[in-house]
This record gives sequence, C-alpha cells and structure tokens, in this order.
Amino acid sequence: MKRREFLAGIAGSLALPRAALAQVDPLDPLVWVVTNGAAVKQGKVTVVLPQLADNGNSVPISITVDSPMTEADHVKSIHLYSEKNPVRNMANFYLGPRAGKAEINSRVRLAGSQKVTAVAKLSDGTFWYDTAAIVVTLSACLDES
Amino acid sequence: MAARIQVPSQAKRGEIVEIRVLIQHPMETGYRHDDVGHLIKRNVINVLSCRYNGVEVFRADLSSGISANPYVQFYTVADKSGELEFYWIDDEGQQGSERQSIQVGA
Repeated sequence: MKRREFLAGIAGSLALPRAALAQVDPLDPLVWVVTNGAAVKQGKVTVVLPQLADNGNSVPISITVDSPMTEADHVKSIHLYSEKNPVRNMANFYLGPRAGKAEINSRVRLAGSQKVTAVAKLSDGTFWYDTAAIVVTLSACLDES
Repeated sequence: MAARIQVPSQAKRGEIVEIRVLIQHPMETGYRHDDVGHLIKRNVINVLSCRYNGVEVFRADLSSGISANPYVQFYTVADKSGELEFYWIDDEGQQGSERQSIQVGA
C-alpha cells in the first residue's frame, strides 16, 4: 500500500462515522413512515433550541423551513423527533401554501440531554432535516414530578 | 377546555399573520403515577386543526412530547375577511373549539 492510499484510508475511516452519526437514518421506522425510503438531506430546515434547559418539561422550540410557500413550492409537513423520549415522534405539523411562512414555534418535553431532529417534506417530494442538541438538567416524562 | 387564541383582528390582504394557540390541558404522558402508585392514563391532545373560512390551513398531530398546556404558534396568509375555526380533541375524546374573526382590508 502506498503511503498516500494509507493516509486517505485513515482520513476516510475517521470522517465516515461522524458523517453517519449526523445523518437521519432513513431506515428508522419512524422516518420511513414519512419518507417511504427516500433520501433525507440536511439543509433548508432550521431547528432552534436553547443550549441548556433547566427543566425538560417545557422547552421552547422553533422550526423554520426555507421555502417560498407558493402553490408550486411549499412545505407539506414537518415531523419532529426526539432521540431519547419514550415517544420519539413528538409532533407532526401539516402546512400548505396557505401558511405563507413555514415557521412553527412550540414547547416540547424532553427526557434528558439529546438531539432533536426535524424532518420537512416539501411539495416537490424531497425531504430535508436539521438537528439541534440540547442539555437538559432535569428531564421530563420519566421522573415522578 | 379553556384556550387562549391570538389572531390579529385586522390585517391587510396578503399579509402573513401570526396565530398563537395556547390550550389549557395537562397533556398527561401516561408515565406518571398518582399518590397511591397507580399509573395515570395517558391523555394528550392528539389533533389540533385550524380552518380559515372552512379550508384547513394548519393541522398538528401532538403527542406526550409536547408540554402541558400546549402552545403552538404558526402563520397563515390573510386573504379574506372571515372566521378562523380552531378544533382539538384529546385521548378521552373531549373536544374543544374556538372561533376568531379576522377583518381583511385592501
């Protein structure tokens, strides 16, 4: 093996797992229900969460999708997934060209520090996602509070 | 079920208006126990829908992952004067609805 190939191999093996981690698993049954196996690309969607939440019972979340929201090009739905909640699909929002602006604000419950993912389905049949990481000091759902 | 829904009473035609919905509801997760150790049954609002003059402009499927007293903020285009009708239902089958009128100027 040449030195160059060897180095490329090492670089590849280091880069791959990280890329794989950051991606939405299209084989995840919860995502599959929505995408039917289609690729989910990163981009267009922005999820905003606070970096730290003292209490996971009510965490403000903002999901924005970069879309003109016209009849020809709009967001059909936004699906919200949690990494650690007992119910992982937290919410689904259905929009249309009548929305004017693809932005949703809400408050979620989070069971522990985790990543929250939003998958958006566009009218052209493509899927986009974004994740946001959050540290939750006191987690919701599972404790007896 | 009490709800506070904020819709601007007046808007220009084509203006994107912000709608804020806050419903008083425990959004019981089904993972909590009461004082004597019995599991409290899950009871969450599972559907929230908004219709603008009879046409559905927004719908949300919620779950136990949404905070108690669910708050949802979304947008819609003001195209005609009329009524926005909000409707929701929880696991126990209890329904709630609310109407808000909007005046759309030229």
